[in-house]
Amino acid sequence: MTTAVATPPQPAAVEPPPAPPEPRTLPRWAWALVVVGVWIVVWSFTKGQDTLALGAREHTDLHNEFTEFRDAVLASRDTNPIIQFTYQLGSWFTSAVEWLQRMISIPDFPRPVPQIGWIGVTAVATWVGLAVAGWRIAVLVALSFFSFGLFGYWSDSIDLLIVTFVAVSVAILVGMPLAVLLGTTNRAGASVINTVLDIFQTMPTFVYLLPIVLFFGIGASAAVVCTLIYALPPLIRIAGHGIRSVSGMTIEATDSAGQTSWQRLRKVQLPMARKTIVVGVNQTIMAALSMATIAAYVDGPGLGGPVLSALSKNDVGGAFVPGMLIVVMAVMLDRSTTAASEASEKAARGRIDLRKRRIVLAAAAVPVVVALWASRTYTDLAEFPENDLGSSIADGVNRFVDWFIDVFGGVTEWFKDLITYGLLNPMQDLLAESPWYVSAAGILALAFVFGGLRALVPAVICVYGIWFFDLWHDAMITLNMTLVGTVLVMVLALIFGVLMARSRYVDLLLRPVLDAGQTIPPFVYLIPILALFGPSRFTAILAGVIYAAPVAIKLVADGVGGVSSTTVEASRSTGATTWQEITKVQLPMARGSLVLAANQGLLYMLSMAVIGGLVGAGALGYDIVLGFSRSEEWGKGACAGITIVLIGIMIDRVARAAADKESVTHDPTRRPWWRSAMG
Amino acid sequence: MRNTRNRWRRGTRAVAAVACLALATACGGGSIDEETQANEEQAGAAGGECGDLNMAVNPWVGYEASAYVVGEVAREQLGCTVNYKDLKEDVSWQGFGTGEVDVVIEDWGHPDLEKKFVAEKGGDGSATDFGENGNVGIIGWYVPGWLAEEHPDILDYNNLNEYASEFETSESGGKGQFLGSDPSYVQFDEAIIDNLGLDFKVVFSGGEAATITAFEQAQETKDWLIGYFWEPQYIHAEVPMEQVELPPYEDGCQDDPAKVACDYPETPLKKFVSTEWAESDSTAVGLVQNFEWTNDDQNQVAAYITSDKMSPEDAAAKWISDNQDVVDGWLQ
Repeated sequence: MTTAVATPPQPAAVEPPPAPPEPRTLPRWAWALVVVGVWIVVWSFTKGQDTLALGAREHTDLHNEFTEFRDAVLASRDTNPIIQFTYQLGSWFTSAVEWLQRMISIPDFPRPVPQIGWIGVTAVATWVGLAVAGWRIAVLVALSFFSFGLFGYWSDSIDLLIVTFVAVSVAILVGMPLAVLLGTTNRAGASVINTVLDIFQTMPTFVYLLPIVLFFGIGASAAVVCTLIYALPPLIRIAGHGIRSVSGMTIEATDSAGQTSWQRLRKVQLPMARKTIVVGVNQTIMAALSMATIAAYVDGPGLGGPVLSALSKNDVGGAFVPGMLIVVMAVMLDRSTTAASEASEKAARGRIDLRKRRIVLAAAAVPVVVALWASRTYTDLAEFPENDLGSSIADGVNRFVDWFIDVFGGVTEWFKDLITYGLLNPMQDLLAESPWYVSAAGILALAFVFGGLRALVPAVICVYGIWFFDLWHDAMITLNMTLVGTVLVMVLALIFGVLMARSRYVDLLLRPVLDAGQTIPPFVYLIPILALFGPSRFTAILAGVIYAAPVAIKLVADGVGGVSSTTVEASRSTGATTWQEITKVQLPMARGSLVLAANQGLLYMLSMAVIGGLVGAGALGYDIVLGFSRSEEWGKGACAGITIVLIGIMIDRVARAAADKESVTHDPTRRPWWRSAMG
Repeated sequence: MRNTRNRWRRGTRAVAAVACLALATACGGGSIDEETQANEEQAGAAGGECGDLNMAVNPWVGYEASAYVVGEVAREQLGCTVNYKDLKEDVSWQGFGTGEVDVVIEDWGHPDLEKKFVAEKGGDGSATDFGENGNVGIIGWYVPGWLAEEHPDILDYNNLNEYASEFETSESGGKGQFLGSDPSYVQFDEAIIDNLGLDFKVVFSGGEAATITAFEQAQETKDWLIGYFWEPQYIHAEVPMEQVELPPYEDGCQDDPAKVACDYPETPLKKFVSTEWAESDSTAVGLVQNFEWTNDDQNQVAAYITSDKMSPEDAAAKWISDNQDVVDGWLQ
């Protein structure tokens, strides 16, 4: 990795930044090294002082104030009009979900089965797939639905679809007006909205899960609301960007025809941004699915329930099967929405023979009606016949995991030690064991070196906030784990990204694996990693890398793949070796994607901090789990959540300022894993 | 089995699910209309004295065992509609006031929640203490069985410092590692270590799954491990563990969390219920009030669930049919 990658700032520096970068006498990485050097010198005689460490079960007055505020709200729940209102809202969500459940997923008493049985549901879904996206997608949909039943999780799978459907529908209702606002407001307004969205996306769900229960009740309502909160931002962000990107000329041209702003929106901006809006909806669906396990913590219906319940029995195989079904569902919905948008594009351009299409659909409707009737008549077609495929796969997975741990347990230890003693501990010593003001100065100096004044201002605000919320020491440990994890992510991204970009076969082979890594709930693979590496920060980092690497790999692959072939040809004709071709041409030209990949890798790693708290990594993740688990510690958990948000925003702003200085792509539609995730 | 389990969870339709299951497996592609009719008749016949029973299911197997045994007795023998709700402790208690949760069957002590919700403790009165459930929680410091065998003197805390360096890990900063547990649990280990002058550092596993995996692996690979553990817990049947002796618990020795230097007390586990439900005329109220069983009973059902991979309903049903005499005692 070169400087261009804007690698996660190595822990750094001390006191005021070493003179502002002169007109490029020294490259930025050299300045960064200077900062780190000074920091190390100061650390060597101040270490251990004023680190602001706080015991795992201790809290401060500020944390107590948060807890007391929550308690006051809780005590007022019977009279508080806001809670009355949100509770009503929650009960509407619950009844919508339950009505749909009785239709297609659970017995509708006194019927022993739902109104429409599995074969009917599968038939209708397949027909919809055919209608909106063609026969390939129809086959995909049919196979996916069939697998839900075959592996023994029909009801849970359909429940998850229902919750996702309700949450995404509400997200579109609420999100589209906000997207229009984001797309039409001025720059300052947009940056306010973007910051709010950043907060929503980085705030760990465990922090607001208890308040959601307080305001909306337990079960389906809480599941819908927490899914909604997490899934809303991508839609607003991406659709807003789409609307904003409609070319000014088009708007001027149509404005000159004397249209109102409402007409402009409806006839010009929305239609022209349609493709981007579909990408937004697609991302919203993916984000919604990733909340499946979290929602199960508050009795939300869906596939998360069996995952969590298997986890409490250390039954890896039992968690694997429903976990993989979540992946199946994600792939199905992702490919369908993408294909649907392409198909509608074609139709809009009149490239499809509409008459023929209607005939095909009408013909296909006949078996659907038959299936509906049959699923209302025969028990076996209403309720998926039981089989033990799911449980035998679970057993197989368990045997495999046991074997794997037997063989590789201990063998893998050296890698853990290498990373822990070689990278993690020294960096943590520097970041967390320096006096807080030294670390703060170092971080600010690095922010300035990498991003200039534009990075310094948000960094100052965030560092102050981190200090204010009384969890400085934990914040530094979490920041350090995030940085180390990102280094690993970027190493993987460079290796596999380049391989994928250079070979179509590697790409074909890896994409599904990457999709699975992104969508499978981390709870599925926590236990095997724990068995291999024990409860430790390294385990947490590894879990984070599994989740964060796919995004980064895809971004790097896209970036390197996007380097124009003529450039590559040209370099080849000068006799460059493959290695030179990669390092001198492809990687430097894909610099924008590399920066983006590092940025995304960091934020994804950070979002796994809470999972880290569950596997012995301590720090902010533990504080958040603690706050969720013991009501007297809620305030501490909330402060830890806010601290994570601040770290996330700081990293993002610094990385973007740094990227801007490099004049790289700055396309907000690519913030998380869009496009690349769509294969 | 999983399918069934989930169907059962949707409480309002539980009765229907039973009939459906029985018929679906027995007669395959039978007619749905017939079953519907049968269900209607059955619903008409069953008395509505019990009504709904909302049973919180906290996320550990021992709890699941107790909850499903009570739930299945209520469903099978009192005709209740039982809704099992998978929830953590805090959320469960919040549900008392809103009618979403009626029963928490195994509580390990939440003074803070009691203060908020139990009238006698100054709370809003939405929760009522329903007494002990017969299980006794034993919390303490444990080492894997192989370690106790090879170094029996390790079971006395006075000797721990001699071995401290053996317990060192990448996480423990040069000291011995003491594995703390799930944040949900009452833990004073940091204070105990400080006050007994032990050369250890608490590293929190952060979750029950992580703690169990650590003990399993330590026994298997003969790794050094000492940590917070408890009974009743199903894993004791599979992984031998021995408790390390700390200065014995005396009344008041844990009153000031910073000064704790003694072992954990034995905790009688308790039942808490929604006050509104307790005052209702549901026939299940008496059942929950009378429910009482032993650690061995609970471990038995937990073993059915984990080792024999039975669904919680089947595990409970098996225990109930083997112990109808005990159950009869609860139903009086």
